[in-house]
Amino acid sequence: MTVVLEKAPPEATERREDVIAGPGPKIDNFSINFATVNGSGSQTSNGVLLRALFKMGIPVSGKNMFPSNIQGMPTWYIIRLSEDGYLGRRDPYEIVVCMNSRTVADDMARVAPGGVVIYDDTLPIAARREDVTYYPMPVAQLVKEAKLPFELRDYIANMVYVGVLAQLLDIEMAEIEAAVSWNFGGKPKPIALNMNMVRRAFQWAEANLVKTDPFRVERMTGFNEGKILVDGNSAAALGAVFGGVSFVAWYPITPASSLVDALMKYLPQMRSDDATGKATFAVIQAEDELAALGMVIGAGWAGARAMTSTSGPGLDLMGEFAGLAYFAEVPAVVWDVQRIGPSTGLPTRTSQGDIAAAYYLSHGDKRHVLLFPADPQECFEFGWRSFDLAERLQTPVFVMSDLDLGMNVWISDPFEYPPTPMDRGKVLDLEQIREIGGSWARYKDVNGDGITYRTLPGTPHPAAAYFTRGTGHDENARYSERPEDWERNMNRLACKFNTARTLVPEPVADEAARARVGIISVGSNHTAIVEARDLLTAAGIENSYMRLRALPINDAVRDFINRYERICVVENNHDGQLYQILLSEEPCCGEKLVSIARCNGWPLTADWIAETIQRML
Amino acid sequence: MATTVETARGAKVNALGLDKNAYKAAPSTLCKGCGHDTISQRIMNVAWELGLDQTQVVKMSGIGCSSKSPAYFLGWSHAFNGVHGRMPATATGAAVANRDLTVIGVSGDGDTASIGTGQFKHAVRRNVPMLYIVENNGVYGLTKGQFSATADLGQKLKYAGVNNLPPLDICMEALAANATFVARSFAGDPRQVESLLRAAFSHRGIAVLDIISPCVTFNNHDDSSKSYSWGKEREFPLNELNFIPDYAEITIDAAYKGELQVEMHDGTKIMLKKLDPNYDPTDKLNALRVLEEARQKQQFITGLIYVSEKERPDLHELLQLVDTPLAYLPEEKLRPSREALAELLATL
Repeated sequence: MTVVLEKAPPEATERREDVIAGPGPKIDNFSINFATVNGSGSQTSNGVLLRALFKMGIPVSGKNMFPSNIQGMPTWYIIRLSEDGYLGRRDPYEIVVCMNSRTVADDMARVAPGGVVIYDDTLPIAARREDVTYYPMPVAQLVKEAKLPFELRDYIANMVYVGVLAQLLDIEMAEIEAAVSWNFGGKPKPIALNMNMVRRAFQWAEANLVKTDPFRVERMTGFNEGKILVDGNSAAALGAVFGGVSFVAWYPITPASSLVDALMKYLPQMRSDDATGKATFAVIQAEDELAALGMVIGAGWAGARAMTSTSGPGLDLMGEFAGLAYFAEVPAVVWDVQRIGPSTGLPTRTSQGDIAAAYYLSHGDKRHVLLFPADPQECFEFGWRSFDLAERLQTPVFVMSDLDLGMNVWISDPFEYPPTPMDRGKVLDLEQIREIGGSWARYKDVNGDGITYRTLPGTPHPAAAYFTRGTGHDENARYSERPEDWERNMNRLACKFNTARTLVPEPVADEAARARVGIISVGSNHTAIVEARDLLTAAGIENSYMRLRALPINDAVRDFINRYERICVVENNHDGQLYQILLSEEPCCGEKLVSIARCNGWPLTADWIAETIQRML
Repeated sequence: MATTVETARGAKVNALGLDKNAYKAAPSTLCKGCGHDTISQRIMNVAWELGLDQTQVVKMSGIGCSSKSPAYFLGWSHAFNGVHGRMPATATGAAVANRDLTVIGVSGDGDTASIGTGQFKHAVRRNVPMLYIVENNGVYGLTKGQFSATADLGQKLKYAGVNNLPPLDICMEALAANATFVARSFAGDPRQVESLLRAAFSHRGIAVLDIISPCVTFNNHDDSSKSYSWGKEREFPLNELNFIPDYAEITIDAAYKGELQVEMHDGTKIMLKKLDPNYDPTDKLNALRVLEEARQKQQFITGLIYVSEKERPDLHELLQLVDTPLAYLPEEKLRPSREALAELLATL
């Protein structure tokens, strides 16, 4: 392996926090990169550290950069500590923990000047940097001394760096132990095995390492109190559980599978019938995504609250059924935990690249309702609210999460219990059918909102039935090829879409009085944008921010656009898909809109957003 | 299960007090003489006879001529005409969402043997409680006469030319996917179709019924195995069925060796009159052999080809569903309590 270290990697030179300025300790404000081999159990170690720091009150975020592979390829986990509460991704890292021989040279080279390298002492230091502090860890020796069961050695070896870091950074051992215990669900044996390794490493570091670097942690207050630590996919699943999901069909795909994993964990716990222990839900692993959405539509049509969870390639397969659900007006909830495309793309890297595909999914004239959760709390909220919307609007609702939000663990406000009863929408039951003498029409707009009445199969009245079809139909759901029937139906669907504008979650705006520039964004970019706004303000650029929580947009978005000279549309994809949608929906505002789009597999950083906005203005 | 009675006025009504006309729906728009229409008629007859409550029936279909036919029978039933080849998926969703529904899936050979073979086999594998009817004519009618995957090897069609690929056998595919009920019939044999339908309605789990249904417009040449003339000449019935409602007394003429009684999973009995004295429809290997031999001889055998002797759980049982249909569960069963959320948050 040849390594050139004279020239620092380009990425590391452009960043504002590149050089750690000034003397004195650096407390609760730096990033640690854990460079490990995937399949080696490092996730447990990293999760334990994140949790311990969180419980010490320190604002932290963890970003897992893992390969599309089961064992043996490089994995990085970056924990950012931010006393200011900035939780977005940040490029430079001050500390690197090197456990992977294949990437060690690069991992060491990229550490910020003034930083720290903590490494497995069997790994080579290709070129020793003058500006970096090195701490070796005798991993093999410590593992040997711990007399671990042979088959667990590799997994528990990663606990060595937990102990060493705890000692070097002053992470409270009580919190480490609590996090280990939480991780293993209180099971004494694995807790003891892992804590034994952590303690041995801690003691070794205490006896053998002389700390010369300025980095350490300190317990904090004011940020984490009352908050929880959870991944977006678990939050989404829990939201669905409290939303009364009773039917789930899915096909495995990264990064959407863990959403269904969480459903399969929580549904039996929370939704088994008290008296009989039987299930008030069904989860079916389908033969493909096409079948998954087909089953969801069949179940939604029959009156169950039905959902699926997928990612880009699965969304493609769902196209024809999505069009059917739109046109036949069947409720369905589709979670799209986005990853990079087109094609297989990078299956384990994040993106917001499905916005356009989802909004216009399927052939013919149609647009769909999209929701954009920004954090786990909102994943929970949209988890239940999506069912209310889908049943109220009798249409598929797409919840656009992404890998960063779905699979990484985030600090979140606790979930709020749904404040309103379930909205099951316009469903005529037996009594209502009797009351109106059996005279009703499935696709007749009685209320002027474009939303018509439906009945559920099994309603015991001869006039309850109707014929659901993806073919042209009149108000009575009868097959029709008449041009006027087709147009009337499409006009009503457009009217329904306008009703949707008034029902979807409102955008959230934060406006500065003297701002001339506005930022529009969606979803998991939020943390980076909050930080980027502070950077812009510090650079003298007052700015306002509107976070869209749904498509279609409503008047609030148009008004926001109208209030500013420039609107920067920030998104994590290459083509500026949200920008294009806004451009087509609000063409008169077109010249104001600027696309700030980037996609390389990583979440956007505040630095990049702020710099790009400055450059574009 | 019900029988029909004659009212004082002479109109025949079934156990629900309904005239046969009550089981009709919109008039058919299929070609005159289409086998599919005769199948619709058989379904109406049997549903009426059995006193089936149409409001508890759903008719599921995909795309094609066959898939249009649910509009032409059981007008009081909800129907879902979805997308091509994907009837099994929507049927699975509906069947699970409401376990009280009787699910009738109507499909064609394009739907089941080509675009939707995967879904068909997976629905069979899951043992979705439904009646799965394939109206099999070996041709794409709605797109005007292309070969389907069940077309005969060497068959000629006016526009499509000569078919040089061997046909898929829907019954064999069903058996390979562990179907629990497999039958084949011919649309031109009303008695057999009706007796198989009766048995299929009583089956728990998936009942696959492959009905050769001649396409009078595009595939009714004498050399097609899906034509009326072929079917009439070369149909080899395996057995004859008698359906006995579960409350009826069962009498077996012990002297008659050609009969085999099969108990359906809902307790009703069917009596098979064996035309082939060696045929045992509970012997799966034999069923496959008989199908393959018939295929090689370009015959088609009809009757109950296979019914499982041992019960396999249907999808409702596999999912351990509550008795109340999921679609009818009230909010208090669907949404856990505030306390449950608080407890859960404490664990995060």
